[in-house]
Amino acid sequence: MSDATINTQTAQTAQAGEAQFGDYFALLKPRVMTLVVFTAAVGLLAAPVAVHPFLAFVSILFIAVGGGASGALNMWYDADIDAVMKRTARRPIPSGRVTGDEALAIGIALSGFSVIMLGLAANWLAAGLLAFTIFFYVVIYTMWLKRWTPQNIVIGGAAGAFPPMIGWAVATGGISIESVLMFTLTFLWTPPHFWALALFMRGDYDNAGVPMLTVTHGRRSTRNHILVYTVLLAIFALATAFTQVGGPIYLAAAVILNVLFVKGAIQIWRRDEAASEADNFAVEKKFFKLSLMYLFLHFGAILAEAALAPFGLGGWG
Amino acid sequence: MSFREPHELHKRRWGRNIGLAVVLIGLIGIVFGMTVVKVTRGDYEPPRAEATN
Repeated sequence: MSDATINTQTAQTAQAGEAQFGDYFALLKPRVMTLVVFTAAVGLLAAPVAVHPFLAFVSILFIAVGGGASGALNMWYDADIDAVMKRTARRPIPSGRVTGDEALAIGIALSGFSVIMLGLAANWLAAGLLAFTIFFYVVIYTMWLKRWTPQNIVIGGAAGAFPPMIGWAVATGGISIESVLMFTLTFLWTPPHFWALALFMRGDYDNAGVPMLTVTHGRRSTRNHILVYTVLLAIFALATAFTQVGGPIYLAAAVILNVLFVKGAIQIWRRDEAASEADNFAVEKKFFKLSLMYLFLHFGAILAEAALAPFGLGGWG
Repeated sequence: MSFREPHELHKRRWGRNIGLAVVLIGLIGIVFGMTVVKVTRGDYEPPRAEATN
């Protein structure tokens, strides 16, 4: 790289505003990271094997860094899509504060770093699962499925579902039915969550040319899909109550949340576009907000069961 | 003794440099902490020879 190139790049970034530390941090998608941290921590704490608190802390940190690295690689690859979507146009790359090359370098470096450090802090199964999660999110979802099939959200959702399984593997060194059920909970939750978003943010996905279900199969079909996936999700969410990570607290929370969620999905299914436009997609927006609480409270209930277990209160005794 | 006026680039990148310093110091702390935990709980001790008659 010549001095002239460096000077040109410096001039360009200076024009867009010098990238600050926060811009590089934003590449790691901190909001997604909070979900990763929370679900991974629940997976780790709900496991029947105690982990040294410091190693538990650093393991969660490296899982978060791995998740963030895949976010940076996603932003590098999807910069063209992000630039035309209102929701993402202010991200560091489309706004010009960070270059694509910088995001690529940060993403690759942090991916390798987080996997190796997790292997050293915990075990190599957990590290392998983290490496697979990064590969799945970046290559399978971002590079392949997202621009190719309307089922992008369904299969891509697996990437976001791995953290509790990794947390469980950190503690136990293995995979079990409980960790698979925690994976399934997030995996089946992702499609209704994003399709509800796609229903009321419709212009964005149309403009970007991303084959969302709303664009390829129409909005009626999307409403049907939301209902089917919500019912499937409710079955798995309730089944989790009767495993080692479940218990009466989880069951009570799951019954209430799933009744509300299925009710919301039925309301979305019964509506047509005219009704939705009349109240500015109020039901769809409410369902989307509920979906955020839904996942948080399910994992919160699993955490409560684990926290109360030492006092003889958690689980089925 | 006189100090030179900080270069404009250094002023602009002050926050970025401090952030990186904090990250690197944190990393040192993490590696040190991991080493202390693993060594004190005996992860790196050689396996004991089985007692034989």
